[in-house]
Amino acid sequence: MADRKRTAASAAGGFAVLGAACLLATGLAFGPSGAQEPPKAPAPQDEGAPQDIQVPAPPFTEGIFPCTQCHDGKTVKLNTTRRKLVDMHDDIVLQHGPASRWCLDCHDPQDRDKLRLASGERIEFSRSYLLCGQCHGDKFRDWRVGVHGKRTGEWNGKKQYLLCVHCHYPHAPHFKPIKPLPPPVRPETLRGEKGAQP
Amino acid sequence: MSDFPETRAAEPEEAGTGSSSRRRFLATAGVAAVAAALAGCKNLSLEEFVQRNFREVSKDELKTIIARLEKEYAAKFGKKVTVGLEPPLPGVLFGYALDLSRCIGCRRCVYGCVKENNQSRDPQIQWIRVLQMDKEAGVDIQHADPYYNPELVPQEGHFYMPVQCHQCKNPPCVKVCPVGATWQEPDGITVVDYNWCIGCRYCMAACPYGARHFNWGAPHLPPEEINPATHYLGNRPRSKGVVEKCTFCIQRVRNGRYPACVEVCPTGTRKFGNLLDPQSEIRYILENKRVFLFKEDLNTQPKFFYFYGV
Repeated sequence: MADRKRTAASAAGGFAVLGAACLLATGLAFGPSGAQEPPKAPAPQDEGAPQDIQVPAPPFTEGIFPCTQCHDGKTVKLNTTRRKLVDMHDDIVLQHGPASRWCLDCHDPQDRDKLRLASGERIEFSRSYLLCGQCHGDKFRDWRVGVHGKRTGEWNGKKQYLLCVHCHYPHAPHFKPIKPLPPPVRPETLRGEKGAQP
Repeated sequence: MSDFPETRAAEPEEAGTGSSSRRRFLATAGVAAVAAALAGCKNLSLEEFVQRNFREVSKDELKTIIARLEKEYAAKFGKKVTVGLEPPLPGVLFGYALDLSRCIGCRRCVYGCVKENNQSRDPQIQWIRVLQMDKEAGVDIQHADPYYNPELVPQEGHFYMPVQCHQCKNPPCVKVCPVGATWQEPDGITVVDYNWCIGCRYCMAACPYGARHFNWGAPHLPPEEINPATHYLGNRPRSKGVVEKCTFCIQRVRNGRYPACVEVCPTGTRKFGNLLDPQSEIRYILENKRVFLFKEDLNTQPKFFYFYGV
């Protein structure tokens, strides 16, 4: 992150751009930058959102957001050619949908701090479920009623939802296998004060 | 016929001497039995020994019982342990649904449950058992493996089916209890009065889901691991010789919260709610998903449903 900012600053030079960088840094300090922050996104009351539900902030990689700190149209010029990324974001290996899919199918090319629906509508990252729901309509429908995905809180009151991307890494959404916790002790080896031994 | 009256006449005399000696014998034996019982239960206070069934005690009696229990637990664990008495909520019937297409067999629920419900760590007691099954064979408990332990789950070709108390509407365990130490509450949760249970384990034999567990030894629960928020009919510390079971986390759900296993599951497999509320998640599942009951043919009428979310 620091490297990238330094590169950005040196590439641009000039006081105006430095000023802009300062502004961005301020934005960064207060912007949503990690999953551990308390939910601050206001409940989005649009057609796709579950009612009266607080969704926590999107799980950005530390320091990556806002994207316009680099993708401001000046520091990094817009390049709409489909290509393998080498300088930046080369850690992202897209394993999601057909091979023809790439970054700008979901990320808005003009405003990088937004996502883009198939209709061309720009949406905030905090409403990314609308984007996911374009293809995964059945999951989206279940998620809205609380059947798909994890829900915590109160069964008859306030619940905490998660965004799709809290569990499914959007660039490779398939769940990674995890280590199971230890199996139960077999009854024949159960120890006790009395009785367990045959 | 002729010697019949003689026999009849002889009876009272014999019975007279017999009854006086029997009375003396019974009196001695009775005192000895009570003394022996009290001596045998040296960890049992007199109040605990004469305590009646939870459903028969008055509110005042309950207060003293709770105070006694809290004092005992505080002495045993060195910290304040509250014993709640939250009653069932009106208009609520709890139901549970588990998505077989999502469970990955990670056993987070098993240990989340142990932590929440103060089960004995040694000898080990767990209320949830996760069965690993072959996808090819389907639900086949004859060949299910609860002891699977691979490096990573889910394993190719397998699916996982956690089993716990099904909170049956027609619970065989309640029917067989000879002393009425276990019963179904109005909100559908089958509970145990640990102070009334005599440890005969009939309920364990009757339960087709293996959901009841017996404290064969004195339960060992490290004081630093105890969950101090307990309910009388739920996760309060148990003693040796009593049966225990899942209560849908009665101490949580009667306060509006989700059970611990629902909240700990990393894949959102577990769903919980009020079966009487048409807007609840659980009702949506029952109305829109493919749902099945485990061992439905036994007519236990579980309120625990398995479904396929995809």
